[in-house]
Amino acid sequence: MNDSSAATSILSILGLFLLWIVCAALTADPTILPQPWTLIGPAAQQLKSGELLYHLGATLLRVVWAFALAMGIGIALGLAMGRSDRLNRWLDPWLVIFLNLPALVLIVLCYLWIGLNETAAIIAVTLNKIPNVATVIREGARALDPDLEAMARVYRMSWTARMRHVTLPQLAPFITAAARSGIAVIWKIVLVVEFLGRSNGVGFQIHLYFQLFDVTMVLIYALSFIAVMLAVEWLLLQPWERRIRRWRTA
Amino acid sequence: MIRADITSKFFGKQQVLGSIEFAISPGETVALVGPSGIGKSTILRIMAGIDTQFEGTVTRPDNMAIVFQEPTLLPWRSALDNLLIPRPSLGREAARAAMDRVALSGREDAFPGQLSLGQQRRLALARAFAGSPEFLLMDEPFVSLDAETAEQMLSLTEALIAEAKPATLFVTHARSEADRLASRILELSGTPARLLCH
Repeated sequence: MNDSSAATSILSILGLFLLWIVCAALTADPTILPQPWTLIGPAAQQLKSGELLYHLGATLLRVVWAFALAMGIGIALGLAMGRSDRLNRWLDPWLVIFLNLPALVLIVLCYLWIGLNETAAIIAVTLNKIPNVATVIREGARALDPDLEAMARVYRMSWTARMRHVTLPQLAPFITAAARSGIAVIWKIVLVVEFLGRSNGVGFQIHLYFQLFDVTMVLIYALSFIAVMLAVEWLLLQPWERRIRRWRTA
Repeated sequence: MIRADITSKFFGKQQVLGSIEFAISPGETVALVGPSGIGKSTILRIMAGIDTQFEGTVTRPDNMAIVFQEPTLLPWRSALDNLLIPRPSLGREAARAAMDRVALSGREDAFPGQLSLGQQRRLALARAFAGSPEFLLMDEPFVSLDAETAEQMLSLTEALIAEAKPATLFVTHARSEADRLASRILELSGTPARLLCH
């Protein structure tokens, strides 16, 4: 990111804060919309008591698990479906059904069938995300270069070498697209899962403060997790993307 | 021993290859010529094991190499890695030497996209010869090159074949290339294609 685009990003975020301040001033009721600076005190106190970090950590752990599982299974499924017409014909209707199944239904069914536990929570989120990942990766798998595949076969490259050096680099733009939209959707679904059936995590805390009509605390938890996800985007996803795109810009 | 015993090959209902039998001895360079669209590349792909949908049998060694019309490099890996990934047993020193042999020393860390098309083709040649293949397949490697580059590539290939002495099957539609490189010429004609006797 160069200086002028960073400056634009910062100005744009400041603009959002300004809008918040104006709305809060017009509302003139801190129980409905508090001013941004009134969040600092309670946030600091949550941080000091360790409660904020505990719940952020619980949510982050679920996001990481669901993300890793959904990406892993979604990539394998998308790749297989993109390469085999036969398999695609068989599995495509499933994909359409799961794509259109509301997240809430899957979550409720997982809790009912598996129980109110961590496994059910993570499976519910993973199942919600797999169809999206598979659909995106399938497009990439259809565009794989047959000549490179032939080259790899004649040179007797091992399966792992073919995956690592031939197939996955071709899928990289599709994997980053799926990862980017995946991480955003997954954390939102994790919050719903926590809201409905877990006893920790950001979603659980938001549920708690929703029942207490405490807008300040709801905002603190929501904003904290947005900050965590922005950090993931800037510190992990973007540097990783730059690294794998190096050959394009070299 | 390299042997082709192809009885037939169909694309859909269309039979493209009839009965085709030939053998290539170690160190022999065989050119496969014929008009375009006759099925030369199809035979090459069958021999390479890329195309397995045919009637008949093919005997081929494990250590093979191929040069396509296009360089077919991995654009996301460095030039040196493009030799080492298909040939992991080569080692960095031998890979550097192979690049030096095709006048690419100093470009080890470049990505294929940073090389000229001529350099990319030389890298593809280096990759083919790097593992001392027993069987080398070439699919019109000099097509779509300007006369000067084609001549350079042709003499480089000639020299590399003379050094490594692989059994070579080489597809071309240019009779002059075939006469120059090959010790034996197989000519295809007819539909479905068969070998003409020489």
